[in-house]
Order: sequence, then structure tokens, then C-alpha cells
Amino acid sequence: MTTAPADQFALRLHKVSKAFGGVQALNQVDFEVRAGEVHCLAGENGCGKSTLIKVVTGVHQPEKAELIELFGEAVGQISPVLARQLGVSVIWQDLALFPHMTVAENIAFDDMVGLRPRSVKYREMITRSGDVLARLGVQMDLSAPLNDLPIAQRQVVAIARALMNDAKLIFMDEPTASLTQSETDRLLDIVRKLSADGVAIVFVSHRLAEVLDIAERVTVVRDGNLVGVYPTEGMTQARLGELMTGHLIENAVVARDLPDAPVVFEAEGLARHGEFSDVSLKIRAGEVLGLTGLIGAGRTELAHVMMGMRSADSGHMLLNGAAYAPSHIRSAIKQGMAYVSEDRLSLGLLQKQSIADNTVISVLHKLTTATGLISYTRKADLVRHWIRELGVKIGAPEDAISTLSGGNQQKVVLAKWLATEPKLLILDSPTVGVDVGARAGIFRIVRALADEGLAILLISDEVTEVMFHSDRILHMADGRIVQEYDPRTITVPQLEERIYA
Amino acid sequence: MRNILRSYTIETRLAVVLALICIALSVTAPQFATLPNLSSLMNQSAVNLIWAVGLLVVLIAGGIDISFAVASSVVQYLAAKLLMSVGGGNWVLGFLFCGSLGILLGLLNAWLIHGFRIISIVVTIATFNAFFGLLMFFSGGRNIYNLPDWWTARIFIFEHQNDQGVWSELNLSVGVMVVCVIATWVLIRRTNIGRQLYAFGDNPEGARRAGVNIAVMQGVAFGWMGLMAGIAGLMQVNIFQEVVPNALYGRELDVLAAVVLGGARLGGGKGTILGCVLGVMFVAVTQNGLNLLGVSPFAFQMIIGAVILVAISTSNMDLSQIMRRKEARS
Repeated sequence: MTTAPADQFALRLHKVSKAFGGVQALNQVDFEVRAGEVHCLAGENGCGKSTLIKVVTGVHQPEKAELIELFGEAVGQISPVLARQLGVSVIWQDLALFPHMTVAENIAFDDMVGLRPRSVKYREMITRSGDVLARLGVQMDLSAPLNDLPIAQRQVVAIARALMNDAKLIFMDEPTASLTQSETDRLLDIVRKLSADGVAIVFVSHRLAEVLDIAERVTVVRDGNLVGVYPTEGMTQARLGELMTGHLIENAVVARDLPDAPVVFEAEGLARHGEFSDVSLKIRAGEVLGLTGLIGAGRTELAHVMMGMRSADSGHMLLNGAAYAPSHIRSAIKQGMAYVSEDRLSLGLLQKQSIADNTVISVLHKLTTATGLISYTRKADLVRHWIRELGVKIGAPEDAISTLSGGNQQKVVLAKWLATEPKLLILDSPTVGVDVGARAGIFRIVRALADEGLAILLISDEVTEVMFHSDRILHMADGRIVQEYDPRTITVPQLEERIYA
Repeated sequence: MRNILRSYTIETRLAVVLALICIALSVTAPQFATLPNLSSLMNQSAVNLIWAVGLLVVLIAGGIDISFAVASSVVQYLAAKLLMSVGGGNWVLGFLFCGSLGILLGLLNAWLIHGFRIISIVVTIATFNAFFGLLMFFSGGRNIYNLPDWWTARIFIFEHQNDQGVWSELNLSVGVMVVCVIATWVLIRRTNIGRQLYAFGDNPEGARRAGVNIAVMQGVAFGWMGLMAGIAGLMQVNIFQEVVPNALYGRELDVLAAVVLGGARLGGGKGTILGCVLGVMFVAVTQNGLNLLGVSPFAFQMIIGAVILVAISTSNMDLSQIMRRKEARS
């Protein structure tokens, strides 16, 4: 795949160290990327990956570095501008694009930067950005405002913007975190095309399957130290997870039968025009029901109807044997439903408020004293209880929620919902942006909750997730439940084939 | 065509509604569609439009300014003192003094916002009070009539007498307004500085990472607003022929509402000159129409407030979504 000779390097870092306060973020780390290579940088959150990227792009200056070499030339000190001039680009997870500008304006934006006034040539801008998109094999309406585009296409716009700067080394920070499988596949195709063009790509992702699929080599970092550099050929997900976390992550089918457990939730012939139709399902107490399928299959829409956020056109639902037709999410919550939504950052948490406030937001009415005011002791007790129960790693409950890692944030979301003492918990893509170690922690909690008798609906894109954490799997496609599987009688590749066929 | 409609939806709708109001007024109020009325409408709107395009730049860059109208009064007062002290001066000196004083006041806002990381609404409410308080203190609230002749002389850029002998005139402020509108359009639409202003307003962190100089952008936005405030102050004296310290107090909110009505986004990154001009003219025409229809001036504020509310809430609605909802229900 690589066109450049293997001994040509896009980037060489030798013995780079960087500390923040007392924390050694990078400790004598070596990192090398060959020209035109797809290289994966793997490690848990907080292991030093981001610091490494920021050192290469000049955002942070390292304390010590034996060698920093870009495209064969030793560089004394990197600044963001120099890095860009040399052809290093970063596509941040939040993309750093401009939502109200058009596609073309976004792609060509870096030409605008600078204080020397010059005129804007829109026609040239459109031609050039069209050319870059053509190079990626993508067609897009160049005059559409960016916020009209789905996230996958914005990702492509960010890549095009990097190419516009003649990038020869592109860092992609979790580019697939919010993409569906087919969108991911298309993105990976683009990455391969760039690599064939001689552009080196450093890929950071929590989805180990795609890391192994796309990258030629993987550099693993743990706690600021280099663990090693490995070829992806012959590497397994389990082995890579072990290298990243330092301990073995077991993936085993845990499905069991619960024939005697009472049915908690039942839907019969549920339909909503244009979204899903004829959905019937049962969830028993203590059961984890996996719901998978491509995005657009109607999974999230179904969850919204179950939570009373939208109403069904036909069909009916039963909760604990009684008719259940929530008119509003508040009534659904009151009746014992809980929903961890797919978009944790914008929907699940109040980012600027504290950990404690986020934990109790759903149960404020339970914390009031006789005067109708919130009791601080009861609030503190409740927060302490759930933080201990779920093993959330925090500094102080008063810290802002945004100070936590993705995995710990997700645990707070769980705590918030568990505090409502639900009977059915819906988890919609609960591990998006959560690293491999924290994922295991979240699923340990999920399993423990099920063992206590909570009914759980686990919605996920990732086949391995439903495979190893649910008792039964429902496959949804085009708004219908097409098939039920028992994780004990099917394998991951078989299930993947059915879903992506 | 589809593209034009999509990228200018608010502007298109506003233009259509404005056209409908104009047609309705031409039918119900015979004086409306006459040259004398329309030219006086332009004369009255010129200062508002100069402010509006300045404010548009600030809004695009993600800020807001409450202090500009009072800043114009401060500029008028200081310029009058300065010009008299240099023996009267002339138009060139007038533009120079007013423009640079306005820019200074704008840069003061920008410095407070950027230097101390205070959000612009807080800073400009504070400077609004400070500017006005200082002005009233030093002027004692007294008007200045003793102004250089060139400043108060009427200058017409268009004159016409109809068969009944009624004059229609456009005064200098309309010409200056046109220049300001075009200059602002060039700045925000045709230069890289303007594109950086949009980017900064749209996604400040993204702009910073791309290497946009944030401090300079704040300075350009508020400096431009200040320049427009200075010019507006200069022209307002030319129209009213005196400096009244509290004459412009309270005008800022009318202009702000009109600019937001024209599609500028509070929060930054969005807004066009066309929408801004349409927004100001929408309010001006409504007011003019109410006047011609003999509605009590006391009802003006109420009606215009209601009209702005209706216009803004409908312009935020996505018509296609409403249609879809109806389809789904039926």
C-alpha cells in the first residue's frame, strides 16, 4: 500500500518527555511514522496520546526531546504555524469547523487566516475545494452550510481542509466515534486512498476492530510510557486491549436463560410512520436485551417512543403487565423508565455543572425536606452512595462534570438514572467515546444491575458489544425487527455478516 | 435559485413581507408611495442604518454592543469641543475626529472584553452607563448650539420639486450611509479579515486553533462599530443641527432588534448586510405606515414590539418541518 520507501519517515520523535504539574504525561517516548503509512496510536484515555499529538503540532513544547524530525528534517522547536507549513494537520475530535459557513468556506478557511488584508475569491475557493473533494472521491454540495450536513460528511470536510493545506501527515483523533458502521467504512476507504497517495495518517480510535483493520502498525502508550510498536498483522483485539490496559480484558458470552423471570416491558405491534413498524418485544426482569442494526434502522426512534418523547401511531406497550402509554418523558420516568441517550455530551449531561448536580438532577423532588427546599445532607448522601456504588473516579463532587474522562462521565449518567430507581433501563450506544478499560467497567456495572433484577435494553452499533453483554440479541433493519439471536449459538462474524449484508 | 433561497431564507422572507407591507400601505395610505415620503423615510433611517451595519459586524464576531448609541453622543460632544478649539475645522476634520474618537471608544470595549475575558454584554452595559454618566456630568445635560457652520449646513445629494411644489430631498447622511453599507459589505464579505470575523463568531476555539488572531478580531469588530458610531454621531448633528447629550439614549435597542430581525445571529457567525438593511427598513416602514395611518404615537412601541416578535419567531420556524408534521398527522 505504501508508495514511499519504508525507510522514509514522515515523523520521528526520540525520547520525548513532557510533564504537567507533577504528572509525567510523556516519559521518554519514541514515536515514528513512516511516509504514507496508516499508523495507529493506541492507549486509554489520559495515557498521553493527546499530549503526544500536541507536541508534534507545536501546541505543547516538550521539556526534553532527543530528536524531533519531520519529513527528514530535524526541527528544533515546533509552533502550530510551522507544523502546518511543514504539512502536519490534526483533525480534532470536535473537528474545529465552522457550522454556519458553507462547505467550500470551511475547506478553504486556512487561506483566510492572517492579518494582511486581501480579497476573497469565492470562485477560486469553490474550484479548489471541489478539486480536493474529487481527490477524496466524494461529491458534496459546496454551497451547503456545514450544519446541514450529517457528522460523517463534516468529518470528510475536515479531511478535505487538511488536504487543502497540502498535509502529508494527518492526525485523526477518534474520527469514527460518532459514525455508523457504513460511514466508518467509507471513511476508512478515504484513509486508504490518502495513504496510497503518500499521506501518512495517524489514527486514534477506541474501536480496536477498525484499528486492526486500517493500520499497518500500532504504537501503544500506557501511563505516559511507550509500551511498544507492533505490526497489526497477527494482532488480536484481546491482545491489543491487554497491551493498552495492562491487564486481560475477557470477552466471553454471558447470555443466560430467564424463563421464570417476570416480563417487565412488552411492546406489541408498535409502529411510527416513517420510522419503524410492527415492533414486538419482551424484556424480562434481570435480562439484558441487545438491540443492534445499522443506524437509521429505527433503534433510537423506538427508544424515544418507549420513553414517551414521541408517540406511536399504532400498537401498545405494557409495563409490569399494566397498559403503558406515556404522554411525556416525565411520566415515563415516573413509571420507572430510564434512558441513557446516545449523545452524552449534549443531551446526557449538563457540562458546566458539578458532578453532584448532574447526579441528582433527575431526582431533585426526592431530596426536598418538609419545607420544599433541597436538603444538602440528603443530596450529599445520595451522591456519595452512587459514586461509591459505580466506582466513579472523581476529585470532589463539586468539580465540573467536564473534568472527568468519558468513561467516568458515562458512569455519572448511569448514576443519575439509577437514582430514579428504574424498572427498565435503556442504554443507547453507551460506550461512544469511552476507552477500552472504562468500557469493561461500564459493562461490569450493567451486568451487576441485571443480576439485581433490572431489565436492560442495550442499543449498540458494535456487534461485539451486544454479543458479549446481552442475553438475547434483536436485529433491527429498516424499522423492523428481523431476527432474534442467542449469543451462545452464533459467532461475531456470522452476526456481522447478517447485519452488514 | 434553490441555493439562493436556501442561503438567504430569512432575507428572502423579510423582503417578501416588507414588499407586502409596502403594497398594503400604498393602497391604504395614499401619501406612502410618494417621493417626499420615501425620501424623508430614507433621511430618518440613515443614522440607524449606519449603526446597524456596525453592530452587524460585532454580532457576526460573536459579540454584542449596547453602548454604541451613547458612544455616538460622546463623540458628538467631544468632537464639538475639539473642533471649536481648532477654530471650527471642516468636513475632513469632522470625519477624522469623529471617526477616530469612535474607534477609540470601540477599542476600549474590545480591550475590556478581550483583556479581562468579560462577556461583551456585561462590558458594553457598563460602558453604556459610564459613557452616558460622564457625558451628562461634563455637559451638565446642556445642549450645544454653538457649532461650526459647515456641520449644521444642509447638504442635499438629491433634490426634486413636484407639480404641487413639494420638495423631495435626500440629505448628506443618506449618501454617507450608502458608503458605510458598501464598505461594511466589502469588509465582511470580500476580505479575509471578514471571513475570519465570521469564523471567530461561529467557533472561537476552532478559529483560535486555525491561527486566527482573536485579539485583533475583537479590535476590528468593535473598532468598526466605533467608527460607524462616530460617523453616525457626525451625521446626526448634521440633521438636527445641535448636540443634545441624551438625544440618542435608548436608540441602541431598536437598532439591535432590527439587526437581529434581519437574520444576524446572537452568538455569532451569521448575518448579512442585505438582511441587516431589510431589518432596519422593516421597522422604519412599519413606523412610517402607522404614522400615516393616523395611529397614536403612544401605540407605536407596542405595535412595533409585537411585529418584531412575530417576525423573529416565524423566521426561526422551519416551514418545511411544519409541512411535514401536518403530513404525518393526516
